[in-house]
Amino acid sequence: MKINIKRESIIEYDVEIQNRTLLEVLNEIKTTIDSSLTYSSGCRSSVCGSCAMRVNGREVLACSYHVKEGDLIEPLNNAPVIRDLVVDMDKAYGFNAKAKAWQSIEVENILLSQIDEKLNELQSDCILCGSCYSACPVYSVNSEFLGPFSLTRIWRYVSDKREQNQKNKIDTIQTNGVWDCTLCNECTLVCPQGISSKADIEKLRAKSSMQGYMDPNFINFGGGLSF
Amino acid sequence: MNNSVIVVGAGGAALVAALNAYKSGAKVIIITKEYPTRSQTCMAQGGINAVLSQENGDSIEIHVQNTLKSANALADEKSVRYMCNEAPKAVKWLDSIGVPFSRTKESKIAQRKLGGAYAARACYAQDYTGLKILHTLYDRCLEAKIEILNERYLLEFITNKDNDNKSYVCGVSVLNKRSGEIEIYKSPSVIVATGGYSRIFHKYSTNSTAQTGDGIAAALRAGARVSDMEFIQFHPTALKNSSILISESARGAGGYLVNSKLERFTNELAPRDEVSQAIYDEIKKGEDIYLDIRHLGAEFIENELPQEAKLAKLYENIDVLSDLIPIKPAAHYTMGGIEVDENSSTCINGLFAVGECANHKIHGANRLGGNSLLELVVFGKQAGENAAIYAKNFDKEVDITEQKTIFEKNITIIMNYTNEMNFYENQAKLGELFYKHVGIKRDKTELQSVLDEVKKMKRNLSKMGVGDKTKEYNTNLIEFLEFKNMLEISELILISAINRDESRGAHFRVDFPNSDNKFMFHTVIDNNGTVSYED
Repeated sequence: MKINIKRESIIEYDVEIQNRTLLEVLNEIKTTIDSSLTYSSGCRSSVCGSCAMRVNGREVLACSYHVKEGDLIEPLNNAPVIRDLVVDMDKAYGFNAKAKAWQSIEVENILLSQIDEKLNELQSDCILCGSCYSACPVYSVNSEFLGPFSLTRIWRYVSDKREQNQKNKIDTIQTNGVWDCTLCNECTLVCPQGISSKADIEKLRAKSSMQGYMDPNFINFGGGLSF
Repeated sequence: MNNSVIVVGAGGAALVAALNAYKSGAKVIIITKEYPTRSQTCMAQGGINAVLSQENGDSIEIHVQNTLKSANALADEKSVRYMCNEAPKAVKWLDSIGVPFSRTKESKIAQRKLGGAYAARACYAQDYTGLKILHTLYDRCLEAKIEILNERYLLEFITNKDNDNKSYVCGVSVLNKRSGEIEIYKSPSVIVATGGYSRIFHKYSTNSTAQTGDGIAAALRAGARVSDMEFIQFHPTALKNSSILISESARGAGGYLVNSKLERFTNELAPRDEVSQAIYDEIKKGEDIYLDIRHLGAEFIENELPQEAKLAKLYENIDVLSDLIPIKPAAHYTMGGIEVDENSSTCINGLFAVGECANHKIHGANRLGGNSLLELVVFGKQAGENAAIYAKNFDKEVDITEQKTIFEKNITIIMNYTNEMNFYENQAKLGELFYKHVGIKRDKTELQSVLDEVKKMKRNLSKMGVGDKTKEYNTNLIEFLEFKNMLEISELILISAINRDESRGAHFRVDFPNSDNKFMFHTVIDNNGTVSYED
């Protein structure tokens, strides 16, 4: 079976194994054919988020994608390539800090019900693989967009009863945040954990509106109509 | 750089230690070979043990007794008692920082029963407990603005001698994976939290490929001691083909283990060593072994075991609702590690260790499920606080920048190894040998022959080396350095296992199938390779 891997140029590799995950194929190439092939991996079970990459333009986890003849393997988008399939995630993960994606203060003795738990059970399944970040088209126009995983993380905390300063959390995501998303839904389609950042961003927009914020695009657009 | 603490590693133990050192006033730097959220802790599924109420008949005393029993008389009772006493506080703290635990109908933190436990005691977040704890801790570190240096591979702990000829740590040397440069970080206080060494078993391990024991090997080279290295826990239920873990909570919830004849053959909720040995015996008889959770029902599986269902589908193409899950035991947790005292300190001043890389003597010969997440919170706090206090009182001035050239020279030597032998082949072979002969059942002659093989591999290291000569992001080099560490640790495991002429917990010797009171001690090895038995 032949697959193509984007390195400095696109290299074709011929491997004899069938019916395997992409990670197993990459391991086979590295350990027997070309020890210089560079990629990241960790848990092999789709929970550490190390091996996100693109296959035929679509983000996947190498450990859970089954390789097909002729596949083109490329690194994630929107992050600088360090080498071959490894990208530098420092800036991407830095958006969690910029968005202040944490609970404001430590609080004790707040009871959460099973209904409360369900409000962010899915969002807290996020493995920070960066697939959504890579698929997000907003970065081609705004490199400072807080981005899908950071905003999902904000929803995770803001929807939790233990958060004591919801207003501050919502204030932080007004610039380069919820209103910069185009709601294109690409993030949802590529998430290996079935999370929809788009839906989370819509919920955050609703919370923002309740706090008196308005869609700045709408304000501009309205201004444009009043000629 | 006085008053600073460096934490090497970024899993649960490391992040708890970092947060507590920071709270105690130290300037903290976290150094990891990956990124924090990629650490092994994210793979923990089952839960974290804590007695939160006595309504179900449970008590802290029973938690202590269950842990001691599972440890086969090799745990330190004082240490276990401290951990179990602190457990409710530890879970309360995790709850206070936002860990999204599963809840009961009464709005309490939900708890489930794991093997060897008297009652439902493991607090969980579906079967993503480790993932959710790790990510919440990471978010706390961001909140505290703790500096995190990603993708730096630990080379050595740098030490010096004081006037009484006693070693103290003064920093670490690391290989910056991205630039390929050696970096030296000076600090009076260093916490090792680099994880265990189950990856020696290669494809027969449930662990992340990063669990190569780097911190243990480096600590030993720096003069620390290690203990109980022969005790390696096999998890009874890893997927047969991929060794991917299926949590104990599947059995805790009522899952059965059956053989090819669909007969149950063991108590599924016995401690892990016993269940793994029972499965091993069945496999020896030629049976295939399956986990059966079909009767638990769709709703229960969706709510409590969503990850298990997904993993079985993805990696074995199994629908857990209609099919049996083919399983085998696989290396899962290493009880041994860096020898620490009751302050989480090693015998090198300023060098602390915590988590799976350390031996706090709470797991003894066999760890109880749900106690490792607990350990990292309780002892992470202890290590962080003590490291901060030590750093504050440190008053020596040392210059270690010149040492950089020594480490650069070492890497250059390795880069020039001849590469006539493929080390990846040796690594796979080491895994096969360990699974066959240093796994669930062991025999002196076989252990000795594996030791000979390991020594041969060590001698051949200079004929191995790397094919990739690139400076930047050379994973071939990193993996070779990891293999080198694993060989060093393999030797310690084998020496310990050969010397322990008895069976206890996870160490089962077919030539000495019974426990022997004269071995009711910890195997301790120093960096000269001297073995001693200590209480």
